[in-house]
Amino acid sequence: MNAYITATKNLLNPATLARLRGALSWQLLPKLTTAIARSLLVPLLAIALFLGLWAATAKNIQTSLGDLPGPVQVWGQAISLVQEHRTERRKADEFYARQEQRNAEKLAEDPTAEVKIRPYTGKPTFIDQIGTSLLTVATGFIIASLIAIPIGIVCGMSATLYTALNPLIQIFKPVSPLAWLPLVTMVVSALYVSDDPLFAKSFVTSAITVTLCCLWPTIINTTVGVSSVSKDLLNVSRVLRLGWFTKTMKIVLPSAIPMMFTGMRLSLGIGWMVLIAAEMLAQNPGLGKFVWDEFQNGSSNSLARIMVAVFTIGLVGFALDRGMLLLQRRVSWDKNAVLR
Amino acid sequence: MTYLSLENLSITFNTDNGPLNVLNDVSVKMDKGEFVSLIGHSGCGKSTVLNIVAGLLKASKGGVLLENREVDEPGPDRAVVFQNHSLLPWLSVYDNVRLAVDTVFKHSKSKQQRHDWTLHNLELVHMSHALDRRPDEISGGMKQRVGIARALAMEPKVLLMDEPFGALDSLTRTHMQDSLMEIQARLNNTVIMITHDVDEAVLLSDRIVMMSNGPSATVGEILHIDLPRPRHRLSLADDPKYNHYRAAVLKFLHERHAQPDVPVTTTAAEKTPRLRAVG
Ligand SMILES: Nc1ncnc2c1ncn2[C@@H]1O[C@H](COP(=O)(O)OP(=O)(O)OP(=O)(O)O)[C@@H](O)[C@H]1O
Ligand SMILES: [Mg+2]
Repeated sequence: MNAYITATKNLLNPATLARLRGALSWQLLPKLTTAIARSLLVPLLAIALFLGLWAATAKNIQTSLGDLPGPVQVWGQAISLVQEHRTERRKADEFYARQEQRNAEKLAEDPTAEVKIRPYTGKPTFIDQIGTSLLTVATGFIIASLIAIPIGIVCGMSATLYTALNPLIQIFKPVSPLAWLPLVTMVVSALYVSDDPLFAKSFVTSAITVTLCCLWPTIINTTVGVSSVSKDLLNVSRVLRLGWFTKTMKIVLPSAIPMMFTGMRLSLGIGWMVLIAAEMLAQNPGLGKFVWDEFQNGSSNSLARIMVAVFTIGLVGFALDRGMLLLQRRVSWDKNAVLR
Repeated sequence: MTYLSLENLSITFNTDNGPLNVLNDVSVKMDKGEFVSLIGHSGCGKSTVLNIVAGLLKASKGGVLLENREVDEPGPDRAVVFQNHSLLPWLSVYDNVRLAVDTVFKHSKSKQQRHDWTLHNLELVHMSHALDRRPDEISGGMKQRVGIARALAMEPKVLLMDEPFGALDSLTRTHMQDSLMEIQARLNNTVIMITHDVDEAVLLSDRIVMMSNGPSATVGEILHIDLPRPRHRLSLADDPKYNHYRAAVLKFLHERHAQPDVPVTTTAAEKTPRLRAVG
């Protein structure tokens, strides 16, 4: 038993795996151990293997900006990006504190003096850029869902409408964001004219491009969900003589919700992927622009910083997907469905 | 005085292999409060008869009269208990019944009355203890009870049941049959029930309608069950009359209308999924 406890404590360390196996084999390996090994050790091992391979190969790849950075350099840059963010925040705080102080002094001298606070205009840090990207993708995704869900519902309920819209959906679905972007840019420049715009043009362009790319999975899945309501349930609604509205609200929509969420999850994944490209071209100050700027910048740290961005993009995308999955589990009545 | 009358029902489905005449000239007359079972081999068209009465399918010829008025649309006056219960999986037991109550008594009952009526019907089927559970959290027998409560709560003129206990284990089934007899004794509903179970048919029915084999199935024979109510399955077991009725149904099913072991033509039942009714 003691051996078992110390063994589980050491489980986290992949290096001790082999030793552990030997120590445990005489104990009739409990199922638990295999489960832990499967869910924790195997992924950790794979990651360690990946890092090792990366470190080994990176050294041997020469680019015009020096060696391809390995895990250590990338980790270093990640830390320095966070530190830059902290410094910048401190600067901003000091800037505002100075203004407050100056204004207070002014007011003390002359209570009628006009005081104002000027905004701090430092350049956005990496963390700010993550925030911008999240805001942009959320905007694009929410707009897309607001359009796609109603379209999906009517397509699911009317075979005629579905036949009418299906070709359009199929044609637009595979279009790359890079193709949409120039069009969207021109249209936004033409239509979105305002002296004091609430949102930057680059933001609007990126968000709309995201919208255009993540409409489709939601439309298609909502349509399927709505049109495949069980015939028995529809018979129930016929026997009860439910009106069109009640039938939609009480039977059709609830039964389509799992599919709807599947579509929205796919959409969000696509939206996040599309966003990076859109931001690069539209110069929206998010992660895409960060990558682009570092690429143009070409300092010795650039590649490592881009890699930090790559991992960040991956992790955020993963987190978004898990978030949607949690939401889906929450609202879905179909608790038996296997959601991955 | 005929309450419900199925008059010369015929139905032909358009299938990929041409028209398929499933029912031919099915006529049954029922009195108010009568309990009629439909029995026959699988695929002969029992569900089709029931669906026509429910208004879910339209007969190609003939029609259904309820209180001398033709019915050709589904409605809550002919409540259906579906074979697979058909409860809405996202609603609790209470809400499933409440939805029906709210729809049927939207104008005629107050909110409080509808609440009480929902509870009353769930109590009738002994489901008061599981009001807040979802259908996937209760057993098959319980689901079927809720389905019956939902149908009863509509206060239907006719209760239509398509193999209501077919999916249940035999112990649960006997319980359900007893509950159904008890409810029937209290409410005196007019019921059509489809069953595959000879004992169930004899135990519950006033009359058993035996259908001939399809295609072009029709009413083969009608058996009056003249046993006093209330009936108890244990005391009936040795009752010669009961056994006579049982034997009569079995004879009909297995001697006169035995299904051929090897179908001469491919049975239409195998083709159903891709087929569509012609209205
Ligand atoms: N919509 C339809 N289109 C075409 N054929 C149909 C349709 N519905 C039923 N049928 C055919 O009608 C016949 C009778 O079907 P029905 O479901 O009424 O049989 P059943 O007696 O209820 O059988 P079971 O006891 O197996 O439930 C079958 O041969 C079936 O293939
Ligand atoms: Mg049937």
